[in-house]
Amino acid sequence: MAPPTAPRPARSAFALVGERVVESLVYLCGISAIVFVFGIFFFVFKEGAPMLGKLNFAEFFLSKEWIPTSSVQPKYGIGALIVGTLSVTFLAMFIAVPFGLGAAVFVSEFCSGKVKETLKIVIELLAAIPSVVWGFIGLSVMNRVIIGLFDVPVGVNLLNAALLLALMSVPIMVSIGEDALKAVPDSYREAGIALGATRWQLVYRVLLPAAKNGLLAAVLLGVGRAIGETMAVLMATGHSINIPQSIFDPVRTLTATIAAELGETSQGSNHYQVLFLIGVVLFSITFVVNFLADLAVKGVKKQ
Amino acid sequence: MTKPNSLLRGICDSATLALACVVFLSGCGKSGTQSSSGGGSEKKTTVANIGSDTMVNIAAAWAEAYGAVDKTVLIEVNGGGSGVGIKGLINGTAEIANSSRHIEDKERAELKEKRQLDAKEFIVGIDALSIYVHKDNPLNEITMEQLGEIYRSDGKITKWTELGVSSIPGGKGDEIIRVSRQNNSGTYEYFKEVVVGKRNEFKLGSLDMNGSKDVVELVGKTPNAIGYSGMGYANPSVKTIKVAKKKGDPYVAPSIATTQDKSYPIARPMFVYTAGEPAPHLKKYIDWTLSEEGQKLLLSTGYVPVPKK
Repeated sequence: MAPPTAPRPARSAFALVGERVVESLVYLCGISAIVFVFGIFFFVFKEGAPMLGKLNFAEFFLSKEWIPTSSVQPKYGIGALIVGTLSVTFLAMFIAVPFGLGAAVFVSEFCSGKVKETLKIVIELLAAIPSVVWGFIGLSVMNRVIIGLFDVPVGVNLLNAALLLALMSVPIMVSIGEDALKAVPDSYREAGIALGATRWQLVYRVLLPAAKNGLLAAVLLGVGRAIGETMAVLMATGHSINIPQSIFDPVRTLTATIAAELGETSQGSNHYQVLFLIGVVLFSITFVVNFLADLAVKGVKKQ
Repeated sequence: MTKPNSLLRGICDSATLALACVVFLSGCGKSGTQSSSGGGSEKKTTVANIGSDTMVNIAAAWAEAYGAVDKTVLIEVNGGGSGVGIKGLINGTAEIANSSRHIEDKERAELKEKRQLDAKEFIVGIDALSIYVHKDNPLNEITMEQLGEIYRSDGKITKWTELGVSSIPGGKGDEIIRVSRQNNSGTYEYFKEVVVGKRNEFKLGSLDMNGSKDVVELVGKTPNAIGYSGMGYANPSVKTIKVAKKKGDPYVAPSIATTQDKSYPIARPMFVYTAGEPAPHLKKYIDWTLSEEGQKLLLSTGYVPVPKK
């Protein structure tokens, strides 16, 4: 039998109202994220929408001929740009995921005290470097290094940009990944050790499965960083409309195209609207990535 | 206990909603009205200066510096393209039109018909483009035809050996790396006009840099590269090569002198147009841009001054 509810201490009407106001404000803050996302999507779409009727979609997505300012026959094919974006992102993740997660495991499980603190600070410093600076490093330092090391004619290419993006997304992966590993209860570790697991067995049999969700989130935040990055890829990919045959080919990404061309197009022109449609395409790509991630996390949870 | 609670919650919710609306709306209103207020106490005449994107940097630099010369005039600079500027002149929305090309006869006639005014032309500067290669590249000269073959979409030259360069110190392979500009820059437009051809397109796959400086930077770091950029952007890591109009013509290096006497082929005048004789305050401004101070500013932004008469 439930005990009778004890009379609550009386609160002043003022406190009560205050609490409600704060509550609603917090609610509003939560809702605002949704409003902002849809607002941004709406306005970007609105700018690009008039172009929808004038575009041939097969050509828009599949053609690699991007000649928007032609006086003879403008062509709006973003095929090469999509391939460029995806290839840079994939290569960057190929490099960054092992390093990022490895570093997260090392920082959280294998080192302690001073080493840990120093490492964390240095990794966070890596995140604080502005992307223009990365781009400049790509353009003036890595360019020459890649030409010299790999015997290729041009050093601003897929590999150059992917290396920079990997370096840029590693800090996010490390800090989120480390948080995820830290959140695994100590009892798991103790149980593992009690069963005679070595440190390595502990990591990959116990901790990695237990922190799967958090680690996946870490990787996906890295992917988001790589897809959305603009300035560094603008300077380091070579910004060339080209479907890459090897990792040493220059490419061009969707974000860099918008950044380079939006500034001087006249508002409302076809070129301007197509650039906004590219924005919508980017938005959709990110949406799909997040959606898949959500599904993956749900799948992981079910197990 | 529950009833007043939910009532209160309802009131609070609607109150915050209303508050949010007010904040949002007031935010919207503000952005529209702010721009109209001028800074100083004295009355300023505002001059609309619209046109060429190539010239927008120098026009803005002039307008800013002119603020100190004549405090009664405020020059408002906008880009949009040469055509937009001249259109503004015809519609009366611009007092000064910047143009990197001659006014067309059709536009001249339209201005005459609509406003009964003749377009008045001033040459305020010259835009010269240098052709850059890496400093170790043995190539010293090139013809306009060869440049066209390199950059045009149906052009045949893709290898350095085809230009007579057998090996570039530090270079890898024989491929010519074309460095270009993003497709809406005035430099790109102009290079297209004189080298690629108006009816042609650029060959896809060039490295399209986002700034004049980036072009020179990249060429300086890439032994196999060739690129074009403003004359003022040269640095020790690149070599400016001489250009001939066609095979057999003398090869000319870009300089202030060769640009001014028109012997360097990749240079064009930059125009300013007014509708009819410019009003005194406009005349004063245009004269000032042609003065020593104005031309010095022009030189420092990478353009070539107008030859003195």
